[in-house]
Amino acid sequence: MSGSVKRNRKEKVVRVGLTVTAFLSLLVSILIVLSLVFEAWTFIEGISLGWLWGDQWAPPFNEYDLKTPIVGSLIVTGIAMVVAGPIGLASAVYLSEYAKPKTRKWLKPILEVLAGIPSVVLGFFALRWVTPNIVQQINPDAPGFTLAAAGIGVGILTIPLIASVSEDALAAVPTSLREASAGLGAKRVTTTIKITIPAAISGLVAAFIIGISRAIGETMVVFLAAGGGGNQAQFTASVFDSGTVVTAAMAATTAPSDRLSEGVALQSLYFLGLFLFVITLLLNLVADRFVRRVRLVY
Amino acid sequence: MKLTTLNNGAEYARNRTAQDLHGSKFDYSGIIFRISLLIGLGLGILILGAVLWDVIGDGTGYLFNRGWDFITGNASSRASSYGIFEGLRGTFWIGVFVIVFSFPLGIGAAIYLEEYARDTRLTRFIELNIRNLAGVPSVVYGVLGLAIFVRALDGFYPNSIEKHLGSTTAAAGSTLAILVLPIVIITAAEAIRAVPQSLREGGFGVGATKWEVIRHHVLPYAAPGIFTGTLLSLARALGEAAPLILVGGVLGSLGPKSSLFEIEQLGERFTAMPLMITQLAKKPAFIGDWNSATAGAILVLLVVVIFANLVAILLRNHYEKKRS
Amino acid sequence: MNPEITDMKSTNNELSLHNDQKDKTLNRIFEVDDLNVYYDDFRAIRDITINVFANEITAFIGPSGCGKTTMLRSFNRMNDLIPSAKITGNLSYRGANLYDKKVDPVEVRRRIGMVFQKPNPFPKSIYDNVAYGPKIAGNVKKGKEMDNLVETSLKKAALWDEVKDRLKSSALGMSGGQQQRLCIARAIATNPDVVLMDEPCSALDPIATGKIEELMTQLKEEYTILIVTHNMQQAARVSDKTAFFSVEVEEESDSRTGILVEIGPTEKIFSNPEDIRTENYITGRFG
Ligand SMILES: Nc1ncnc2c1ncn2[C@@H]1O[C@H](COP(=O)(O)OP(=O)(O)OP(=O)(O)O)[C@@H](O)[C@H]1O
Ligand SMILES: [Mg+2]
Repeated sequence: MSGSVKRNRKEKVVRVGLTVTAFLSLLVSILIVLSLVFEAWTFIEGISLGWLWGDQWAPPFNEYDLKTPIVGSLIVTGIAMVVAGPIGLASAVYLSEYAKPKTRKWLKPILEVLAGIPSVVLGFFALRWVTPNIVQQINPDAPGFTLAAAGIGVGILTIPLIASVSEDALAAVPTSLREASAGLGAKRVTTTIKITIPAAISGLVAAFIIGISRAIGETMVVFLAAGGGGNQAQFTASVFDSGTVVTAAMAATTAPSDRLSEGVALQSLYFLGLFLFVITLLLNLVADRFVRRVRLVY
Repeated sequence: MKLTTLNNGAEYARNRTAQDLHGSKFDYSGIIFRISLLIGLGLGILILGAVLWDVIGDGTGYLFNRGWDFITGNASSRASSYGIFEGLRGTFWIGVFVIVFSFPLGIGAAIYLEEYARDTRLTRFIELNIRNLAGVPSVVYGVLGLAIFVRALDGFYPNSIEKHLGSTTAAAGSTLAILVLPIVIITAAEAIRAVPQSLREGGFGVGATKWEVIRHHVLPYAAPGIFTGTLLSLARALGEAAPLILVGGVLGSLGPKSSLFEIEQLGERFTAMPLMITQLAKKPAFIGDWNSATAGAILVLLVVVIFANLVAILLRNHYEKKRS
Repeated sequence: MNPEITDMKSTNNELSLHNDQKDKTLNRIFEVDDLNVYYDDFRAIRDITINVFANEITAFIGPSGCGKTTMLRSFNRMNDLIPSAKITGNLSYRGANLYDKKVDPVEVRRRIGMVFQKPNPFPKSIYDNVAYGPKIAGNVKKGKEMDNLVETSLKKAALWDEVKDRLKSSALGMSGGQQQRLCIARAIATNPDVVLMDEPCSALDPIATGKIEELMTQLKEEYTILIVTHNMQQAARVSDKTAFFSVEVEEESDSRTGILVEIGPTEKIFSNPEDIRTENYITGRFG
């Protein structure tokens, strides 16, 4: 009997311990939100709102033109999705609808391993290879740091992610639908375009949204390739200019070479962080909805 | 159409069907579609392969020339004598933090969610929250690290003249440990969910308590999946640069310092491999040998990260195949 | 030793009794000769020889795993979709070798439609499900012509009255029996020559099953139907010919393979089978 008392006590201890670990994730979220909101508010209080509109993002000079990093983010994300969307989707469709099981067996792991390439590596690649070999080929006058190179780099980074989420979505489409279509005399293209892709559309949209969220949140590629590493960026809407994005502007604030000390300038980082957090959270929630819808149907 | 076939006699029907079945000569749309898919996939793999190739090509030559010096030396202002030891040390300690904190906490949370938690609104909210945390950009975790750890540790030395004393190896390690926590939870939970219910019932059937069933039946079965997830998370943490910049990592030499394992450095300033690469990549490309030095440093990081990824994925595929 | 051969004779006789005036070879829709299907190295069915005749319902019965589905899917080259499947022997459709290199499986499936075990409507509207086949074949114009075709197909499948007011709503919202009848409507909308049905009623309740059986007897006026079923009464009720398949276990290698035990007029198979194995199965002495 005493053995069972001991067992029961152990059972309880384990249970409580595990419960605590699960709630830690809530604590992390709360801390993130609190620190962002609190400091961002201090920032807003510390500046005059007019500083948020101008022609450059330059915290050391109290110039916080918001459209500079935001338009930069839009440009970089846009280019990234133009690169990664079609390539990722095509890879996924090929893998799930066309590749023989044997081919898929070695192609998929390759793609997954490539997904693990750290983003600094792609930043370096974008700066040293994409800039001279792609960007400056298209526009010989382009400088050494461009939003275009950063966008392409971020796109390359996002390919495996989009491919793998899309592949999951396509794989979730029951084989019976493909067979039904084939049984009606549809060619494989027809089945893929008319049946499989529409049936997987929620998951594919989710893949695209997750890709956007990932691209917006990417820091290092832009930090290295777009010249976003400095604490001063002029507003631009041209892909062939150097510039900054929300994430890179945040990193620049604390980057050792031009690290800002405490004060309003540093707090701009929290303001951008809050903005980024809200945007990606919304995107992720929407993507989650789409993914869930796939599960509901099948 | 069918009726006419039937009425026109056997010979006619036979020829007709035989010919009809051959279909149109050439399936243009099919071929074009297939080729465009292949181009997409080819581009994807080629570009990513080119990234690796570019770096590996440059990096191996450089590593051969420099030898151990490059690994054991400190950062310097000349490419010819640059060494990455400080970066390796920081990355090593980050790995230790992830293993010591994220792995047990993450696996614990996964066990709770899959085995103990009932399907309440709160549970579902926690799960949604974890999925969202996994999608929060890494730079935001840097903000958290800066706000919580750096500030907190700064508090220990309120009168110090030197700024950012909180920007320590410990702060960096904790930040990345939190960053990968959701990934550990999600992958471990998936592995636990894949454990067949019959295994649990077998355990309960012989009078085991819940925790005993989990320890002796569920976890051993889920172990390969959990291990895969933890390995992927570790690789992710070792490759992250952005949060470290926010936490206040040094992009340069820390000065002559202690060896790899000395625990004091947890309270000292830090750098890490991804930060060293950032610094190297920002050097003027064609002066000295900076380009190759960067490639060399990247190669060292890639060996670690890609190796971890490869092992994790092959292991997972191995077990998936064995069990299906 | 070769029940197929004796049976073929009897089927031919049977046929000539009913259809003296028609050309026999014309009415022979499928001629299967020494057909083997493999999944990788595993031989799923061995040396099958069968003839299938026009405007009849031919039922395939037999224990689970004896290769009925495999056989059925060979008739419209559905097995081509399974990478590991390989086929040897001869299968001709109206005299043309179905597995000739020049034959396009897509063309085959336009003539030989299929209804599956589990209802598998597309996640589209009821209308679009039925219109899918004709649309991709490109031989029916959108609008009035298509509307008419959808209506006739749904009527033939005895579904029109139930769905005529909600053609645009999703097919996934229908009951299982309705979904299966929709799949039948979808299959006959392409105006096929033959309809293959793989346990079409196994997911349905008796009432829905009754409707589909009734439907089959109507459809055979226009189409040739091959049906796999586990339900012996169903085979007895609806089919003209019945083929009994069984599993043969080879002693030494312990390899299992599906064989055709006998085929003949349904009445005969159920009242006076040639083979003791058929009798055992039908009387329930063998699983
Ligand atoms: N895609 C496949 N790959 C490998 N083996 C298969 C495949 N499909 C079927 N088999 C095997 O071939 C044999 C015959 O299968 P088939 O599905 O044709 O049997 P069946 O008579 O239709 O059975 P049931 O009555 O259960 O539907 C079985 O042993 C089965 O395991
Ligand atoms: Mg079957």
